Formats: sequence, structure tokens, C-alpha cells
Amino acid sequence: MKKWSSLALAAVIGLTLTLSGCGGNNNAGTEGNAGGNTAATNAPQTDSGSASASTQDTLIVGRGGDSASLDPAIVTDGESLKIAHQVFDSLLEYKPGTSEVQASLADSWEVSADGLTYTFKLHPGVKFHDGTDFNAEAVVFNFTRWSDPNSEFKFEGDSFDYYDSMFGPDGSRVIKEVKAVDDSTVQFILNQPQAPFLQNIAMTSFGIASPTAVKEKKENFKNEPVGTGPFKFVEWKRNDAITLDKNADYWKEGLPKMNKVIVRSIPDNSARFTALQNGEIDLMEDLSPDDLSTLEGNSDLQKIERPPFNVAYLGFNLQKAPFDNVKVRQALNHAVNKQAIIDAFFAGQAQPAVNPMPPSLWGYNDSVQDYEYDLDKAKALLAEAGYPDGLPDTVTLYAMPVSRPYMPDGKKVAEAIQADWEKIGVKTVIESPEWATYLDDTKAGEKDDIYMLGWTGDNGDPDNFLYTLLDKDAIPGNNRSFYANEELHTVLINAQKETDQAKRSDLYKQAQEIIKADAPWIPLVHTTPLLAAKANLKGYVPGPTGTEYYSEVYFE
Amino acid sequence: MNSYLIKRVMVLIPVLIGMTIIVFSIIHAIPGDPAETILGQKATEQSKQALREQLGLDKPWLQQYFNYMGDLLQGDLGTSIRTKTPIAKEIMPYLAATLELTAAAMLFATFVGVNAGILSAWKQNSWFDYTSMIIALIGVSMPIFWLGLMEQMIFALKLHWLPSIGRMDQRDPVESITNLYVIDTIIAGRWDQLWTVIKHLILPSIALGTIPMAIIARMTRSSMLEVMNSDYIRTAKAKGLSQFLVVYKHALKNSLIPVLTVVGLQTGALLGGAVLTETIFAWPGVGRYIFEAISSRDYPVIQTGILIIAFIFVVINLLVDLLYSAIDPRIQYK
Repeated sequence: MKKWSSLALAAVIGLTLTLSGCGGNNNAGTEGNAGGNTAATNAPQTDSGSASASTQDTLIVGRGGDSASLDPAIVTDGESLKIAHQVFDSLLEYKPGTSEVQASLADSWEVSADGLTYTFKLHPGVKFHDGTDFNAEAVVFNFTRWSDPNSEFKFEGDSFDYYDSMFGPDGSRVIKEVKAVDDSTVQFILNQPQAPFLQNIAMTSFGIASPTAVKEKKENFKNEPVGTGPFKFVEWKRNDAITLDKNADYWKEGLPKMNKVIVRSIPDNSARFTALQNGEIDLMEDLSPDDLSTLEGNSDLQKIERPPFNVAYLGFNLQKAPFDNVKVRQALNHAVNKQAIIDAFFAGQAQPAVNPMPPSLWGYNDSVQDYEYDLDKAKALLAEAGYPDGLPDTVTLYAMPVSRPYMPDGKKVAEAIQADWEKIGVKTVIESPEWATYLDDTKAGEKDDIYMLGWTGDNGDPDNFLYTLLDKDAIPGNNRSFYANEELHTVLINAQKETDQAKRSDLYKQAQEIIKADAPWIPLVHTTPLLAAKANLKGYVPGPTGTEYYSEVYFE
Repeated sequence: MNSYLIKRVMVLIPVLIGMTIIVFSIIHAIPGDPAETILGQKATEQSKQALREQLGLDKPWLQQYFNYMGDLLQGDLGTSIRTKTPIAKEIMPYLAATLELTAAAMLFATFVGVNAGILSAWKQNSWFDYTSMIIALIGVSMPIFWLGLMEQMIFALKLHWLPSIGRMDQRDPVESITNLYVIDTIIAGRWDQLWTVIKHLILPSIALGTIPMAIIARMTRSSMLEVMNSDYIRTAKAKGLSQFLVVYKHALKNSLIPVLTVVGLQTGALLGGAVLTETIFAWPGVGRYIFEAISSRDYPVIQTGILIIAFIFVVINLLVDLLYSAIDPRIQYK
């Protein structure tokens, strides 16, 4: 017995040694046997060597997160929508690089004079990836699935959040009915006019899914999506990679140009950048501004900039004194040096924010002047508010614990602002609880005096910034400042009902003036999110919302 | 032996029930609302409320706990709130990825650690002893994050010897059967792919294995030193046995028990997922899965994930205990 057990043990150890020895030896072997040179080139060639040979028709993208789900209707996160955008088409789409709406699955559309009926003419001959026909019935099926709370195709756990927030929740739906007039004509009857209706229809979340596939795959549809888009879904290895193949029958002539797209999740920013430099990926999302100089020194790589379509801001908690006093809010507005922050923490890849929406968006009010950085004015305003020696109590400043495209490093930015405010006698303590707690606390508005947050536009409509973030209807919710102004509310509601874009634009300009005077926020920056790619990658048109087609991409 | 085994397995039940209570209480004690974090800023209040109701978050804690246990006993591991996919289905590939990485890391750690410990004890107070113990000390206190990034910088970026991230070359994907790619490539007979998979394993397993390696080395050394001073070793030496045989045959066997304990504990710890290593090397393992679930307050995933890991941990401990008697016949279980 003794002998056997010691033999068995010897075998185990021996195996351990040989196995790990093997790993080690092989490694040493490649370095050693080839005298260094061949081995050194050998090793990467399996990876990046094949890369240079075959990347011509395969695109590998590296991004920080993974999709939550592949069915665009049940998600709101950008990472999920990025993939869905390749697999699905909506009736309309945003012209690449802009937030302007153009035809997609619908060739043309008509609006009735009262703004209550929209009639879309569908593109003929389009097929889903499963070979079934795209037609008016398919459109009706999808919209019914999203709007009917008792739909049998609303699977366990599903919620159609974008549908609810864009077209009104159950009970106050904007869309009354969707009708198939004939095979290629579909009609939307609205309960009330909705100005951003077409902007909304173009969102990736409203991509048209194959009804046959939804019926057959049921709850598994969110893992195996079927649409009409330029790429077909092949495989999803969670937290690792999503593989898409070319849709050879794509209805847009000559597209897509790539045979295959692989999207990998690489959470660490610097590891992702290393992978790009090492040739393991061709394109990466979210380049850290710190890595910009390395990128610019490397002729094999290029920088891609998204148009700024976001806003980062500090919000005052108006429920708390003394921030219910507009003078105090204005004073602190004067005491933030936005340009210095941009130079120090954004590597210049941002512009100072004046209004709560980005300048690239229509309706932006150019004539609003920012509260310039002027500590004397700040002090004077504080004195007017009754605080000549600065604020008596320490202010709790919530700084974002996570990195977002609009705010790569919230804590550092908060520290810079803290130092500036110190100069006017406002003492702050920075708190940065973990993200879920952060969102909870700021929504409750009990612990924070001032909080930092941001927003990226969804659909290219000012409503999606001003109403969503600052209207009194958004309390509790996205209006974490608890800012309620009746005049503003009237203006924003009127703008929602108005269908004439010029008139709407005027209303939004007016809204921005009201907000500027009330100063519920300190708008900080609009950032230019950065991507990095191999120098020979062409045809990638960065879009404001961050969802772009891979179909036009090719390698030179 | 059998009755011992049965007893040990029975003890697992209260341990696991205890785990569910602890995890459940911690999850509900930390602030943060899953409806808010998962649905995000873009969802309406109405759908957030619907989610809370669906998750039963509006019910009293005790009721929530019993509902959860009820589902668990019926074999329902729950559904992820964030991905809306059953956890039992989702977690398997993650576990496999972690298992593969852990195995590689522990092979590295055990091989290097045990041998360094033996040699240090054998050549006590030599330069080798001093150097390896200093390295072990550095190893124990090494920030994995830094080590991983340095490895990538040197071996991927500068030398181009090894890939920096992932488990395989995505341009030539491995056909996954078991999700353990080393085994999958062997089954498929794709030796070129096996080599690629091994190359992907080297950097993360060194990063992950460094701390266990250092602990194992120190443990082996001290345990060996104790044994080397005992009478039977003097006898063996007096018999004129070769030094090598004395050390690797006679001394090693008796010093292995504490080492085995450490190896077992470390394996369990690594299987629990190595969030940092998995993050830096973009390794789709269970550590990142649970970490992301914690960030988004995906309660079912946190609960089930931790429970599964706790289960694996206790099973490994049991195996280690059983191995003791194989190594040392004085230890017998009745």
C-alpha cells in the first residue's frame, strides 16, 4: 500500500513536472533552437503574420465592454447597439457621420398635414438573413411586439425600454396603430403629433427583426439575431468575441466590403492599445487621451475622431441649501477653468461646454455666453448671495468613479475644480462611491451637494438632451438636480408638439437661455471620443452617436 | 473511508446553505438598485418599476430569500438580469476559461515553487537560497496588474514573441467542444492551433501564478528544512544514499503535506476567478463575469456565481484532505 501510494504520488509529480516542463521547454526551445532570429519572428507570425496576409477581408475591432444582448429592442447600452447596428436595418437611418435622417429600409415617406399619419414606402426585394421576405407585415410584427404589453414575443425578462422612452410608455403611447397597407407600404397612425418621430424611427433599437426567426428562436433570439443588415450573426463568445459574416445578398449594392468582422472585448485600455500595436486587432474604441502621443508617433496607426455629441457637467442639488440660491450657482459657474481642465485631462480632445447640448446639434444657441472664468466675479456673486467669506459648510462633490467617453477621469477633474473653488472660499470634499451606489445616491439627492455626470445623445434631437435631462418631468430620474422651472417646461412641451423644425429650433434656443440664467448645472465639456486604427484602414465614418457601420470599411 | 466521505459530503450542505445566507445578506446590504444600474439612465421609471416587481425587490427580504432558495432547490439557478439569459447556460464557458487558466497558472506555480523551495532548503543559506527567497518575497507582494502590463509591454509589444490578449487567434478560431481550448485543439488534432492556444496561456498564467508560486516556494522551503533535520534523513544520508535521492525521495514526501494544503487553497482561490488577470489579458473568465455582475447589481448572477465557486472550493478542499492519506499512511479516515 505504501509503495503504491508513493508511486502514484511520484507519477503525479512527474506528470506535473513534465507538463510544465514542456511548456517551459517549448518556449525556451523556440527562443533557443532558432538562435533567436527565426523564433522571434516565428512566434508573432501565427498571430500578426496571418494578420497582414488575411486582414484584407477580416476586420477585428477591440472594445472595452461586451454586448448585454444582441436584440436591439431590449437594450439601451451602446455596446449592444453597436453590434445590432451591423445585423439590423431600421426603416430610416442616420446619414453616416451625422445625426441627419435618411432612407434605409423605407425608400420614401409622407407625413399627413396634421402630423398624425406617416406612410412609408418600403425598399423592394429585401430579404432577412434567414431567407424570408422583408415586407410591411414584418414591420407591423415588430412594432406590435414592442408596443403590446401582452405580446407572446415579449420573452421572459424582456423590456422594450427605448420603445417606451421614445414612443411613450404603455398607457400614453405615441403610436396608435401600425398598418400594412400593401406588401410594400406601411402606415403609422399617431395619437398625437411627435416632432422627433422620424429621428426616433431611425434608431438602431428599432431595427426590423425577422418575424420567422423571432417566432422560432423565441427567448434565444437575443443570442442569435436575424435582421436584414450588412452582416450576419455567426457566433458570440461572451466577454470574448462576436463574429459576423458578410451578408452576400445585402440589398445595398457593393456592401459590405469586409468578409468577416470580429468584435473582441478587451476591458483594459492600455492592453487594448497594446493589442492594436501588436497587430492583434485592427481598430480600437476609446483610446485614452494619454496614449495619443504614442499613437501619433507611430506611422502604422491613425487616429479617428467622433464628432462631439455629448456633454459632461456638474449638477447642483437644488434641494439643498445654499444651492437653491441662483447666485451661488452662478458664482461657482464663474469659478471653473474649463480650458485648463481640457488641456490637463482631455489632451485637448474636448471643447468647453456652454449649453447642456453639443454645438453640432441643430437648435444650439450660439448667442448664449458662458460664465467666464473670473474668480473676482465669483466672489462678488457669493457676497451678493450673503456669503462674503465663502460658503460656511463643506460641500460634498460627487466625482464619477468610472470612465466614460465624456469623462475619462472624473476624480482628477473634480480635484482641479476643488482647487479652484478653494480660492473663493468654497471647501469641498470629493466622494466617489462605486458606480451603482453613485447613481442611486445622486438620484435620491440626499448625500450629494454637487454631482458629476454626462450624457451622449441617442437620436439627434435636442429634446433628447434638454427635456430628458432638465425638465421637471424627469424628476426623479435623469434630472438629478431636482431643477423644476414651469416656464422651461412649457417651452419644452411646446417644442415636442411643434412639427416645424425652424420653430422648434427657436423654442430650444429659448430653453437654453432660461437654463443658462438659472444655472442648474455647470456644463463642463463636449468631448471628442477617440478611436485608433491601423493606418491602412479606410472607409470608417465616425458617427456622433457612436454606432457606426462596419460595412464601408476596407483595407488599402 | 466511505463513511468518512459520506460524512464530509453531508457537511457540505450546511456550508453551502450558510454561503447562500451570507451572500444574500451582503448583496442586499450594499447600496445600489439593479433596476437603476442595469436599465441605465435611458429607461423610463415605469420599466424600472416593472423590473423591481419582476425581481421581487419590492417584497420583504425574508420572502425574497425563500423564493430564491425555492428556485435553487428546484434546480433553477436563475436568469441574469442584464443579459436576460439563464445563468446555468451562460456560466459554463466562463468556468472553462477560468479552469484552463488556473490549471496553467498552478502548473507553473507548483513546478517552479516546489523546486525553488527544495533547492533553497537543500542549499540552505547559499546565494541560491537568498536569491530565490528574495524573489519569492517580491513575488508575494507583486501587483498583478503591473506585472501583467509589463509582460505585455515586453513580450508582446517589444519582442513580439507572444500575443498580448485573449485565448486564441480570432482569425483562426478554435472549434469549441469542451471550451477548454487545449483539449479542443487536441481532439481536433490541430497541433498548430494547440501551439497558438499555449502561447496565449503563457503570459496570463505567469501573471496569475506568480503569487501562488512565491507562497509555495516559501512553504516548501520551510517544510523541507524541518524534515531535513530529522533522524531518518540522517540515517538515509549515513546509508550513503545520493543527495538527490535523499532530498527528492525521502525528504520531499514527508514535507509535501503543508505544500499540498497551500496548493489546494491557492487553486481554489484562483478558480474563484482572477479579476485583474482576466481584465488585463481580456480573458473571458468567471472572475470578470461575477465582477461585472457586481458592478451592475445583477443579483441572480452574483448569488449563483459565488455559490458555484464556493462549491468548487469546498470540493477541492475535500480532495486535498483525501490526498493526505495517500501521501501519508499515518493519516487515515474512518
